[in-house]
Amino acid sequence: MQNKAYNFSKAVWFTFGLCVYIFLGEFLCAAQSIVSSELIDNAKKYDGQVVDFEGEVIGDVMHRGRHVWLNLNDGRNAVSVWAEGEDARDIQFSGSYKGRGDWLVIKGIFHRACAEHGGDLDIHAQSVSVHKRGKPIPEILDPVKQRTGIMSVMILVAVWVLSRFVDKKRKQI
Amino acid sequence: MLIKPTAEDIQNIGFYLGKIIVGLGFIMFLPMVFAVTVQEWNPAFDFLIGGSVTLFTGFSLTKLCETTRDLNWMQGMVMVSLAWLAAMFFGAIPLYLSGHWNSFLDASFESMSGFATTGLTLVQDLDHLSYTHNLWRHLIMFVGGQGIVIVALSFFVKGLAGAFKMYVGEARDERILPNVIHTSRFIWMVSIVYLILGTFALGITGVSSGMGLFRAFFHGACVFMAAFDTGGFTPQTQNILYYHSLSFEIITIIIMILGSLNFKLHYYVWMGKRREIFRNIETRTLFFTILATLFITLIGLNQLNTYPQTMVLFRKGFYQLISGHTGTGFQTIYANQFVDEWPHLALVGFICAMALGGAVCSTTGAIKMLRIGIIFQALKQDLKIIMLPERSVVMQKFHHIKDVFLEDKQVRSALLITLSYLVLYCAGSVIGMLCGYPFLESLFESTSAAANVGLSCGITDTAMPSVLKITYIIEMWAGRLEFMSVFTLIGFLFAALRGK
Repeated sequence: MQNKAYNFSKAVWFTFGLCVYIFLGEFLCAAQSIVSSELIDNAKKYDGQVVDFEGEVIGDVMHRGRHVWLNLNDGRNAVSVWAEGEDARDIQFSGSYKGRGDWLVIKGIFHRACAEHGGDLDIHAQSVSVHKRGKPIPEILDPVKQRTGIMSVMILVAVWVLSRFVDKKRKQI
Repeated sequence: MLIKPTAEDIQNIGFYLGKIIVGLGFIMFLPMVFAVTVQEWNPAFDFLIGGSVTLFTGFSLTKLCETTRDLNWMQGMVMVSLAWLAAMFFGAIPLYLSGHWNSFLDASFESMSGFATTGLTLVQDLDHLSYTHNLWRHLIMFVGGQGIVIVALSFFVKGLAGAFKMYVGEARDERILPNVIHTSRFIWMVSIVYLILGTFALGITGVSSGMGLFRAFFHGACVFMAAFDTGGFTPQTQNILYYHSLSFEIITIIIMILGSLNFKLHYYVWMGKRREIFRNIETRTLFFTILATLFITLIGLNQLNTYPQTMVLFRKGFYQLISGHTGTGFQTIYANQFVDEWPHLALVGFICAMALGGAVCSTTGAIKMLRIGIIFQALKQDLKIIMLPERSVVMQKFHHIKDVFLEDKQVRSALLITLSYLVLYCAGSVIGMLCGYPFLESLFESTSAAANVGLSCGITDTAMPSVLKITYIIEMWAGRLEFMSVFTLIGFLFAALRGK
C-alpha cells in the first residue's frame, strides 16, 4: 500500500516536472527572438533563414504599393522589415521624440543582401503581430531647465544693458 | 629666438574670437524658434540656455578685448583654430542638455564631427531624438561646411579688414570674387539655392516613398545639408538605408558630388562657362581617382562574392565609394558589414578613396584633388626632364580656372599638406591600435575622422576609450582646417610658454 502511494506521488511529481519543462520550453522558445546585433554581425550565417525578430516601430511606416517598409529598433540597432500592407494595418504608434512606437514581433526570412531590394539587409515578414501597444509620451517641462534658461537670458540682458551704459559714459568722457 | 605673444596679440585674438562666438550664439536661436513652432519645449530651453551662454561669452570677450586694430597673419590663424574649438564647446551644450549623449565629451565629439562635416556620431537612441536637436546636428554641418568664419564674415562682421587672414585660416585659399566678404556671400548664395532645390527633390522623393509630408521635407532638408556639406549625419540610425529608395540614393549622389566641387567652379558654371568642368584639373583628377578606387573596390568585393548580383554589387559599391570619396559618410550598409563582409582589397580601395577627398574650396576634407593633380603634374614634368635632351626647357602647364604654369612652390605646398594628412592618418591608426583595435579597422576609422568622411567600421561607439575620442576630435579639427592654423596655434602656445 505504502509502495503504491510512493509510486503515485512519484508519478505526480514526474508529470508536474514534465509540464513545467514543456511550459518553460515553450516560453523560452517564444521569447528567443534574435537581436539585431547578432543578425548584423552574423549576417552570412542567417542569410536566407527564417528568423524571429522583435522591436519598436520607429519613424515612418512607408507604404510601397501592396507592401510596406517597417523599421524596427530593438534597442541596439534598427532593422528593416518588408511586410504585406495588410500586416501593418494594426500599427497605431511609431517611435519618435513624442512617443513610443508599437512593439512588434515578426517572423520572416532574413536577407543579408536582398536581391529584390538593391542589396539591402532586410527581413521579409511572414507574420507580424503587435506585442505591446506604443503610446504618446507627453512632454513634461523640466523646471531646472526652465529656471536656468530664464536666468541666463536675464543675465545676458543685464550685461548688455550695463555695457551700453558704460559705452555711453566712456563717450561722454 | 621665440617671441612671447604680447597683450596686444591676445587682445586682438580675443576680440575677433568674441565676434565669431557671438555669431554662433545667434545661430543657436534658429533651432529655438523651430522648437517653438513644433512645440518641443524642453529642446527650446536647451537652445535658450546654449544660445545665452554662447552670446554672453562672445559678448564679454568683445567687450573685454575691444580693439580697432586689424588682425595680422599669426593672430588670424590662431583665432580661426580657437574659433573652431569654441564652436565645438558651445555647440555641444544643447546636445548634452538633451540627455542623448552620455557625457559632455561625447556631445563635444558630435559637435566637432558636425562642424568639421565628418559625420561620426556618438548619439544614443537617435530614433527618439527631437526634431530640434536633429535640426541642430545638421545645421552645424551646413555652417561648418561653408566655414564658421565665413558665416561671421557674411552676416555678422562688417567691413573687417583682416577678413582674408581668417578666410585663409579656415582652409579656403581661393578667392572667387575680389572681395572676401563678397566671396563668402557668394558661397552662401550657392549653398542656399542648392538647399532649396535639394530639399524639394528629396522631400518629393520622401513623399513618394511613403513618408508623411512634414517628415519628408524635414528629412529632405537635413539630408541635403549633410550631403551638400559632405557631412554624413542623418535623422535616423539606419542612415540612408532607412529610406530604401533608389531615387533617394541617386539624388544624394548628385548632391554629394556637387558638394565636393570647388565653389569657384560653381561660379564659372553659373556664369555659363560649362566647359570648365571638363578642362579643370580637379574634376579630371576626381574622375580618374573615382574610377581607380571604384575598380579596386569592386574587384575586392567580387573576390569574396560579397554581392552576387552585378547590379547589387555596383549599387552598394558605388554608393559607399562616392560617399567615401566625397567625404560625406552616408551608408547603405551597417558599419560592421564593412569589416565582417568586405574583403581587405575592397577596404584598401575604399580607404584610398576616403584619403583623397574632393576639390579645394569645397566642403570636403582630405588631401584634395588639386594637390593630387599638382603632384601628378610634377611627376610628369620630372619624367619629361629625364627623357628629353638635356638642353630642352620643360614647362608643365595645368588648367585650374585658367592655364597655370607649374611652379616649385605649388608642388612643395601640395606635398607638405599631403604629407601632413598621411602622418595624421597614421598617427590616429597607431593610437587606435594602442587601444586594442586591429590595424585595418584603426586605419579605416582614423582616415575617416581625419579626412572628415564619417564612415565607420564600428570602432566609433560611446564605449570606445576617451583617449580615442579625443584623438578623433583632434583629427577632425586639424583635418578640416588643413593644418596651418592648427600648427600656428601650437607655435603660439609654445611661444607663450618658452618665448622671451
